[in-house]
Amino acid sequence: MNLLSKPRKWEQFFWPILASALLLALWHYSVIWSGTKVFPSPREVGKGIGELVRHHVLWRDIVDSLRRVAAGFGAAVLLGVPLGLTLGWYPAANQVVNPVMQVLRPISPIAWIPVAIIFFGVGDRAAMFLIFLGAFFPVVLACISGVSNVPSVFRRAGRNFGLTAPQLLAKVLLPAALPQILIGLRIALGIAWLVVVAAEMIAVDSGLGYLVIDSRNSGKRYDLVVAAILMIGVIGLVLDLAFRRLEKLHSVRWGFRFES
Amino acid sequence: MQDETTAKTRLRIRLRPVAFIAVLLVLWEIGIRRQPNHLLPGPWGVIGGIADLVRHGLLMKDVVASLFRVTWGFVLAVVLAIPLGLAVGWYPRAEMALNPILQILRPISPLAWIPIAILWFGVGDLAAIFLIFLGCFFPLMLTAINAVQSIPAVYVNAGRNFGLSSAALVYRVLYPAVVPNLIVGLRITLGIAWLVVVAAEMIAVSSGLGFLIVDARNAGNRYDLVLAGMLIIGLIGLLLDAGMRSLEKVKSFRWGYSED
Amino acid sequence: MIFERDGKSTHVLNDINLEVGNGEFVCLLGPSGCGKTTLLNAMAGFLSPTSGEIKVNGEAVRKPDPRRIFVFQERGVFPWLTVEGNIGFGLSKLARAEREKRIAHYVKMVGLEGFEKAYPQELSGGMKQRLEVARALAVNPDMLLLDEPFGALDSITRLIMRGELLRIWEAERKTIVFVTHDIDEAVQLADRVVVMSARPATIRQIVNIDIAHPRDISSPRYLQLRDGIFQQIGLAHKV
Repeated sequence: MNLLSKPRKWEQFFWPILASALLLALWHYSVIWSGTKVFPSPREVGKGIGELVRHHVLWRDIVDSLRRVAAGFGAAVLLGVPLGLTLGWYPAANQVVNPVMQVLRPISPIAWIPVAIIFFGVGDRAAMFLIFLGAFFPVVLACISGVSNVPSVFRRAGRNFGLTAPQLLAKVLLPAALPQILIGLRIALGIAWLVVVAAEMIAVDSGLGYLVIDSRNSGKRYDLVVAAILMIGVIGLVLDLAFRRLEKLHSVRWGFRFES
Repeated sequence: MQDETTAKTRLRIRLRPVAFIAVLLVLWEIGIRRQPNHLLPGPWGVIGGIADLVRHGLLMKDVVASLFRVTWGFVLAVVLAIPLGLAVGWYPRAEMALNPILQILRPISPLAWIPIAILWFGVGDLAAIFLIFLGCFFPLMLTAINAVQSIPAVYVNAGRNFGLSSAALVYRVLYPAVVPNLIVGLRITLGIAWLVVVAAEMIAVSSGLGFLIVDARNAGNRYDLVLAGMLIIGLIGLLLDAGMRSLEKVKSFRWGYSED
Repeated sequence: MIFERDGKSTHVLNDINLEVGNGEFVCLLGPSGCGKTTLLNAMAGFLSPTSGEIKVNGEAVRKPDPRRIFVFQERGVFPWLTVEGNIGFGLSKLARAEREKRIAHYVKMVGLEGFEKAYPQELSGGMKQRLEVARALAVNPDMLLLDEPFGALDSITRLIMRGELLRIWEAERKTIVFVTHDIDEAVQLADRVVVMSARPATIRQIVNIDIAHPRDISSPRYLQLRDGIFQQIGLAHKV
């Protein structure tokens, strides 16, 4: 892309390690240099992680957060995919429903907390509802755009072979739209992960988000705060990579991206 | 004769979403009436709530506060992330170096940084702006990196073929080539900023639309104000999004979407 | 045939009167954008004529039907199905044994043996086109409608594919309506060439190609017919 030579294989590991080491050093020396008594150094954070693991707190919180994401995201997929496919298939229906979605979508799921608490009380269910809200619209929109972006050749070929509308949806549109839908699902999963952490900071008392808030509130354990934050990042990344693996599996197997 | 009927059908089509919304509102009203607890208001209650807010001058104040924070956080993120991201995208080694760090930091909900934000900036505007900045920085950086990497090699080669210096290459090929992708990224990130500000205000500050919702509930279960706040959040978010979309439509940015 | 888009009506086809015989190979020839694809789409039932009628075997054409299979350019093959999956696409109503037999037959006919389990992304352009033809033939249609099927192929592959198409046609004797903008292609393939004008397209002339297959493309009769069409369209002889 530029005028420098192409990077070698070993550089794939060298540069990130170098950059991360530099960053950690920067962090470490900033803490020392600024003389802060509260903000943790990298080593303290490492020890914090060890402590969390030893007291089995970390594992339990991770499981709690993942559990809520699974439920909320799962619900969003179960409800959102059929809805999105239908709206993508019938543009007229989409046109009717779209304004409502466009108004509801920019409302942060966190803003729904008072409403969620009325319906679900304080606890797991409210959090799952919030996650569902956060993931629902991206899933629907991804399905709509996936279906409407299917090249019309495929639709016509399907009709030519005498497929009825439901057959067309199942045998042509869904497979053709799947790559784009999967990407949308991955993004929605990322959003779900963001929402669960935020929801746990407010509405429940377990999970990684709660760990962040609790570590500060009960003793100003900023080392644990940063440890929890890092764990949130790592697990979010793992989720994203796992999903990408799924996408790759599918696309290598079916081997296609549209030549657009 | 033909023009009349087509105009009429076009009007009817435009009215369909309105009819749909009307139906939803009616169902909502009916649902509320049948509920024994009188916590949640119906549509009329919400309108009354909006009127209330306007009358007490609260609405404007909170809207301005939220927009103020969004603007600052968003603009700061743009100013820092875009040039940085473009540079990183241009040099593969830079991207190699920074990518793991970005990928770990990205899935962390900005709200998880609240304890640190409060530690550094105290409770108030700055903390909120910091959170919005965080929420926008990583997506923008990734958008910029991606935009540079998607420049077709032909453009760069053509530029070099015509003997452009590095600086001219950046100015006359790179920048115009990335602008369409960047603008879409800006719109999406602005949406994220709007979500973050509302959530941040519910937790970490005492003004703004997010705070309005929390306060309305805590100080007297005024759910009409809660829902009114949510509605306004949705509408403003929609306006922001529509505003950015019209920017996308500006002719000089449109070339990226000519495949239709 | 009139199209409405954005409030502007475009007169695409005008006064088309055409009859195609059973088992005939007819070419619609004309410059790009003249409307021949529109005519083909109308024949397939994807579009309805604004005035006039299209009938196949006395029956009016109202919607797409497996008896009239449209062959798009190679991008019509389904990328999520293997070669076998694509060819078997229209055969879901058959019993398994019968379906497999047919698929094998057509794989062989278009020369894709060994690639049954391959996905379209592993195939070349010419192979994908053959796959699409096989898929079309597998359902045993009455008519094949081909829309510039070789347009995306390089010229050498194109020549080869023309031969393949004729070979298949002679084996199965389906009625074929073939759209092209390539004069040589039309004269090499068709029994009759329908020369169309620019938009709004009308039929300029219908040329009978009375040379038997295989056609010698240097024979005087071939050149005569070809030059006749050249002149019809108004093209110069020298480049």
